[in-house]
Amino acid sequence: MSLADTAASPVPVPGTGPILEVTDLSTSFASPRGRVGAVNGVSLSLERGRTLGIVGESGSGKSVLSRSIMGLLPASTAERTGSIVFEGKELSDWGDKEYRELWGTEMAMIFQDPMTALNPVMKIGKQITESLRFHLDMDRSTAKDTAVELLRSVRIPEPEKRFSSYPHEMSGGMRQRVVIAVALACGPKLLFADEPTTALDVTVQAQVLDLLEEQQRERFMAMILVTHDLGVVAGRAQEIVVMYAGRIVEKAPTRTLFADMKMPYTEALLSAIPKLADPPHTRLAAIGGRPPDLVNPPEGCPFAPRCPYVRERCLTELPALTPVDGDDTHLFACHYPVDSPETIEIKDRLTAQGLLISSPPPGSASDGAQDGR
Amino acid sequence: MTAGGLLKRLAQLIITVLAVTLFSAFLLELLPGDPVEVLVPFGSDEQREAVREDLDLDQPFIARYGTWLSGFVTGDMGNYYTVSSKRPVWDRLKEAFPKSAQLVLYSQILALIIAIPVAVFAAAKKDTFFDRMSNTTAFAMLAIPNFALALVLQYYLGVKWKIFPTSGYTPITENPAEHFEKMVLPCITLAVGQIAIYMRLLRSDMIATLQQDFILLAKAKGMRSKRILFRHALRPSSLTLLTVAGLNVGTLIGGALIVEVLFQIPGMGFMLQEAIGQRQIVAFQSLVAIIAIIYVIVNFGVDLLYTVLDPRIRNERSA
Repeated sequence: MSLADTAASPVPVPGTGPILEVTDLSTSFASPRGRVGAVNGVSLSLERGRTLGIVGESGSGKSVLSRSIMGLLPASTAERTGSIVFEGKELSDWGDKEYRELWGTEMAMIFQDPMTALNPVMKIGKQITESLRFHLDMDRSTAKDTAVELLRSVRIPEPEKRFSSYPHEMSGGMRQRVVIAVALACGPKLLFADEPTTALDVTVQAQVLDLLEEQQRERFMAMILVTHDLGVVAGRAQEIVVMYAGRIVEKAPTRTLFADMKMPYTEALLSAIPKLADPPHTRLAAIGGRPPDLVNPPEGCPFAPRCPYVRERCLTELPALTPVDGDDTHLFACHYPVDSPETIEIKDRLTAQGLLISSPPPGSASDGAQDGR
Repeated sequence: MTAGGLLKRLAQLIITVLAVTLFSAFLLELLPGDPVEVLVPFGSDEQREAVREDLDLDQPFIARYGTWLSGFVTGDMGNYYTVSSKRPVWDRLKEAFPKSAQLVLYSQILALIIAIPVAVFAAAKKDTFFDRMSNTTAFAMLAIPNFALALVLQYYLGVKWKIFPTSGYTPITENPAEHFEKMVLPCITLAVGQIAIYMRLLRSDMIATLQQDFILLAKAKGMRSKRILFRHALRPSSLTLLTVAGLNVGTLIGGALIVEVLFQIPGMGFMLQEAIGQRQIVAFQSLVAIIAIIYVIVNFGVDLLYTVLDPRIRNERSA
């Protein structure tokens, strides 16, 4: 695992070096109340053929981050600073015109809601062939054959027939397969999957994720898998980035993260996943409160108001993203990580009082705090 | 379209025609004065009596309406009176309809050709100088009454600079060049107000469509912005525009009264104006009925077009 400071070689050699290197990327939007800092100083890198998971709740900036890297945000309202190096090319000052050379052929994106991501008045075949014909200069019949093959490869039954279907004639899972086929059509090297399974039935979620993984392996494609569900990225990403309030709060190889998480937010996200082993009627753990206002972010750690282990220092001093002692692949931003003596002390006290880890912190004056039996 | 749907349409047509003709007949009834005085001002008493009887003016209103209706459904639209003679309404209608239809068709094409690209680019460049300019221009155009515009155009383009003829009509079969030359000014007059409306409608629908995920997907596929605008966004945004354009076509056939009169195009509007002025009660009712029928048929056509534009509607209908 190379570090972020590895110099990007000017001539990228296929199969070596990171395909994507993001350094100190910030993205903000103009709003009537002031600038919204949706992404703040994010750095990450991704190797060819690998998967990076970006995890966080709604409003954590994870979707904005991926759209910002891909240059899909409206230039009129979004402002981007920092560096994005893709295959040795610096993209940070690129506009739509330059990005158009990458879209579809080098980078592609899968959207959250397959119900709205496909053009409702265009046959699905046409939605695939139009990029084949435009980017790869295929003639009509070659494009059609290729599109049918693509539909077959994303396991759409009767692809020849489905080629002339409209999106509304298909189910959500099928539509998401079409969206995947559209994204894969011109063989991108980097795929952004923005909550690809959130809008789908649980039964099809795994199928779609497996399909994505299989396609990724076959094409040796790098993938950024954005989700709010740690369970989705657990077995599929090599590295995980946890985002909160537009910042990276923890970053680690997947195995390390699950074995040794440092950030209370990561812990809270994990405990918010219901477990099969839980007895019936177990109270569903939730993270109380809401993410902070990004127009006027609070001083100190953005998670402090919701953190069960909060201390004085957290409210005034923003923790920097620092590596764990002896392991520079694992970074976290917390003054009192979950295994620090201070936090363990609070944890023991809360457990003794019978308070759930994920209930709102004492002193936040919410009903949850008085709820312990 | 199913048989049930067709039947519903037919019922709708009948109700519309009945309501419209009954109401307009009633309005004419309210006008003071004796129609016979207007129709045959210099006739003898016998001639006057004959006209009175022919028009059923000696009968009560409802009976007269009933007589007209039974005539109308059997294809007898009554007579059109001139000072010296009478002509079947149908004969004049046959001549008038194509003129109005051409006028409306050309002006709609002109309006759409201008409005669609302007609206599409205004939506794509929302809140820019181009967008604001086109909005302001649209409002200004909407504010010009068409009779005033007609006179201005006639004076400058017709009389002063002699670019286009000021009035009249030549059938396209007789002399196509002259036909179109004479159509230019009336079409511009009719189109100006419509351009403004179409532009505003399409612009706001386009802006809504451009927010959709599938537009972002098209962008992420690397499609050019022109293609995204015209191939991806225009079609799903055009339903309201189509509805209003359809309603306009229906209204303008027979409704482009002032323009037809000012430019001396003897179309349906011209005829209608004449019929009102001269108290041609029977002819007026028949004209109104025909216009109502055209209106309903045009909108039926628009409904069929919906299904071409949006496959989701196609499915709803067949289900």
